[in-house]
Amino acid sequence: MSNSQANSAVYVRDAMLPAEHPPAMETGIIKWLRENLFSGPLNTILTLVGLVAIYSVLSGILPWLFRSVWVANSLGECRSIITATFGEGATGACWAVIRERWTQFIFGFYPSHLYWRPVLAFLLLLAALAPVLFTHLPRKSLWFSILYPALGFWLLWGGTIWIPVVAMAGFALGWLALRVLQPIGGTILATIAAVVVPILWWLLLAGPVAQQLQAILPIGIEAVRSDKFGGFVLAFTIGITGIAFSLPMGIILALGRRSDMLLVKALCVGFIEFIRGVPLITLLFTASLLLNYFLPPGTNFDIILRVIIMVTLFSAAYIAEVIRGGLAALPRGQYEAADALGLDYWKAQRLIIMPQALKISIPGIVSSFIGLFKDTTLVIFVGLLDPLKGITDAVRASIEWKGIYWEPYIFVGGIFFLICFSMSRYSMYLERKLQREHR
Amino acid sequence: MKKSVFLGTLAASALLAGYASAATLDDVKARGELFCGVNTALTGFAQPDASGNWQGFDVAICKAVAAAVLGDASKVKYVPTTTETRFTALASGEVDLLARNTTWTYSRDADLKFTFTGVNYYDGQGFMVRKDLGVSSAKELDGATVCIQTGTTTELNLADYFKANNMTYQPVPIQTNAEGEQQYLAGACDAYTTDASGLAATRAIFADPENHIILPEIISKEPLGPLVRHGDDQWADINRWVLNALVAAEEYGVTSANVEELSKGTQNPEINRLLGTEGDLGAMMGLDNEWAKRVIAANGNYGEIFAANIGEATPIGLARGLNAQWTQGGLLYAPPFR
Repeated sequence: MSNSQANSAVYVRDAMLPAEHPPAMETGIIKWLRENLFSGPLNTILTLVGLVAIYSVLSGILPWLFRSVWVANSLGECRSIITATFGEGATGACWAVIRERWTQFIFGFYPSHLYWRPVLAFLLLLAALAPVLFTHLPRKSLWFSILYPALGFWLLWGGTIWIPVVAMAGFALGWLALRVLQPIGGTILATIAAVVVPILWWLLLAGPVAQQLQAILPIGIEAVRSDKFGGFVLAFTIGITGIAFSLPMGIILALGRRSDMLLVKALCVGFIEFIRGVPLITLLFTASLLLNYFLPPGTNFDIILRVIIMVTLFSAAYIAEVIRGGLAALPRGQYEAADALGLDYWKAQRLIIMPQALKISIPGIVSSFIGLFKDTTLVIFVGLLDPLKGITDAVRASIEWKGIYWEPYIFVGGIFFLICFSMSRYSMYLERKLQREHR
Repeated sequence: MKKSVFLGTLAASALLAGYASAATLDDVKARGELFCGVNTALTGFAQPDASGNWQGFDVAICKAVAAAVLGDASKVKYVPTTTETRFTALASGEVDLLARNTTWTYSRDADLKFTFTGVNYYDGQGFMVRKDLGVSSAKELDGATVCIQTGTTTELNLADYFKANNMTYQPVPIQTNAEGEQQYLAGACDAYTTDASGLAATRAIFADPENHIILPEIISKEPLGPLVRHGDDQWADINRWVLNALVAAEEYGVTSANVEELSKGTQNPEINRLLGTEGDLGAMMGLDNEWAKRVIAANGNYGEIFAANIGEATPIGLARGLNAQWTQGGLLYAPPFR
């Protein structure tokens, strides 16, 4: 029986079959689609709705983008070119307005023969920022970063070189006061002197001294007034200055808020809560309008400077709260460890607390900065020509470009995206670099 | 540190604020520059060109005043102002003169403490609709959606007009003219309402102007004029008579082309007084006698300014209408220079 059975098997496979291809439904893109887009009735409906939405948006935008006109002298000319090329009733993007007026979007009304100055200031800004942002660059070049604010100011506004020099001298005097008085009068006295001396210098002596120096040694370049600023030069001037000054100010405010000294704490809490409690636009109106009632007639307290101060104060209050969050997240043991090492308050902050607190706060700080940079467009409400609305409206007011709508917004929005996206990428790089989690 | 500087400046300046001087003329002369508040951008009235030079119908007023007071029409610092900031900018002294297509109303004159120094453009509010809407009169707009700029007198006029005619409307609030054009073209509203001059300029740039009509009704009076602060009558006089000189010059046929020749003396004593060859009119306002000559030489007379910026030869193509001389059936009527 068994024998016959064995003989009945005429063929026995002695090698494995090659693997069959999986069924078409279970592989590649079809599988992915089935699993991710059409896994059930609800998902299928949602997918179809999504596809229709994407199609309807793209079918409006893409033809419009493809029918772009780059060379024309007016919107009317753009339209006639589009009609001539693509037939009656076709609509298309008229990028000619950007081609024609891009200098205005970038430089505002800055005199065209001086465009090199904001450009140079921008390039030097990158050079000054590099050692701050990337720690593996030579530390010596930080000196250039410290001197950059004066240099940038001089390049942008021009005029005599002695004003920025004298302004920087204020900081040097403060440092000198600290150094000279610390051995004699102790830390508190020295700190007070380090604050008071520069202020007295700026308020009382700086002006006359700058004038005298200019009379003795006249060095200067063509002055450019604030009303010539506009577009991205204005946005960068306000944004970068605001960012640069609000971070240290925010750190001091955050420390002040956690301080044990009642007066310092009350001042910092009051300042932070007041500034955060009012919209930025209110502060801008205050800067532009209310201050004029207090200032004596004839004082020319520069409007851009006023706006920068307000934007800085506004941003500092937010930064302070972000950093306070970082400070609160530090385990108590870190503070105690610093005390146990016998470090004084400032040393503990500088060496132990702040490096960790700031690292924790990076995402929050950078998103504050991004917000600040985008908020610079609000200055249109006080009559400064920001790139998004001020310059766009000015361009639109000329009869050649009246009626143009999306193109300038897309252009300006694109530049804003590039800058904000770079900031966000940098913050992610920094977070990765400083990763010290205990895994 | 920054904060202390700021507060210190604030305190110091509050102390000094008491020494405000009332004489705007002296301030302007000492400064050597006129601070003139203008619109941030309004086609034909105030717009910076590609190289940043301000041009337009309102800007010409600033230039004329600078020419009269400082002898140089280019010595003007233009301060772009928005609807929100314009009055405060003038009241706080940030500008000496506001030439920003501002409607002269009772409350602005009496309550906000400004002095309107005349009217440089008589405007009125109108409506634009698509032709295929089949409407030929504003009275037929019952129940329509209307695009309307917020925070302006036009908003109030619209409400008044529809109420008076017992009609209803659906407002579509917009911020700027450009937005209004976009909303109207996209079909968000049946009618777009703003000053008739703005409607004409807007319609002129449409791809299909023939498909849009401006309704015949003008529903409001919008006398647009320059204004100065209350309480400095000399400065108000100067501004008022600069405007009058522009109008009078057109009436007497004094243009930028012939002003030099006419100022050598003419048969017409009125022209002679205007141009300072006769009498001593300038000194009465604290200026020299040739102020009006410089005003006309700078921009031309009213008619020339109108033609160059918004007139029928320009793409905006506004007819003189109410803004013609009184001798031509318009409202421009300069008091005598005597």
